[in-house]
Amino acid sequence: MAGAPDPDPPGPHVCGPQDAPPVLLFGDATCPRCQQAVLRLRSAPVRLTWRHLVLRARGPRPRALAGALEAAGRQDAFWPFLDAVVAAPGRTDDPDLWELARTLEIDVARFDVDRRDERAAAVIAADLADGLRAGAVGTPAIVLDGVVEHGVPDDAWIAALLQRA
Amino acid sequence: MAIITAGSAVPPITLKNEDGSDFTQEDLKGRTTVLVFYPFAFSPVCTDQLQVYEELLPELEQQNAVMYAVSTDASFSQIAFKEKLGVTIGQLSDFEPKGDASRALGAYFEPAGMTNRALVVVGPDGAVAWSHLASSPGELPGVDKVREGLAAVAG
Repeated sequence: MAGAPDPDPPGPHVCGPQDAPPVLLFGDATCPRCQQAVLRLRSAPVRLTWRHLVLRARGPRPRALAGALEAAGRQDAFWPFLDAVVAAPGRTDDPDLWELARTLEIDVARFDVDRRDERAAAVIAADLADGLRAGAVGTPAIVLDGVVEHGVPDDAWIAALLQRA
Repeated sequence: MAIITAGSAVPPITLKNEDGSDFTQEDLKGRTTVLVFYPFAFSPVCTDQLQVYEELLPELEQQNAVMYAVSTDASFSQIAFKEKLGVTIGQLSDFEPKGDASRALGAYFEPAGMTNRALVVVGPDGAVAWSHLASSPGELPGVDKVREGLAAVAG
């Protein structure tokens, strides 16, 4: 598919075994369906890449949370941070994010600067552009073999993926 | 129902702007217009669609193009929907006579009595430059489709 993003790009937001089937997820951490998708994919034997699909129309929190995830990633805490957000989706206000950063023992002052900086903004903007170019029309958008699918992957979807691999 | 094809003149249509004024085929002239037909305000897929398309508006502006969302909902419902979504895409109502404009453009889904999921791009000359009808109302065209339509005008 022309313009399809690399399913396994270099970068910090990748988890799972190197030789597991790659799954690229464009998501918004405030989106309940994305949270469900993360829960399912994190517990599956896949190589999961997260990229942000933050839409301005959804208000300021998705962007704030994406910035926080980027900042956590710079201190090697992207996945623990995302896992914690998914586990407590109602706790994403700034004081909650600071508390979470402290719990994960990351430098809160640095975290707070990093999440608002241009580097984080550039990553978030690039992810959005790539996601839309790939054909994402909502969240979660999962790119598999260059094809975009939307929705929360269920057990059958994961089983089929593993069987194909 | 077949969607209106590229090269066709837009037939006489009358939709309602958000302020209740008429929007006709004459309002399509002078700049590129992307008409986004969606089935119902507040339906889940439509929610995603307009929020995603909102990201395209700066790109459209650079190309002297404007986007309108069209459905058979009444303007009051469309405005509430737009406010809920946090989008600025202008809404055009095809409420009464229900679906007349959408039928004229081949963008009406008779089995469900609603606007179909379709895109129609009209060039500054008022003629259709490109169109797309989704294979089902549940299928949402990505922004690549809108870009394809804009490219048809530029080309």
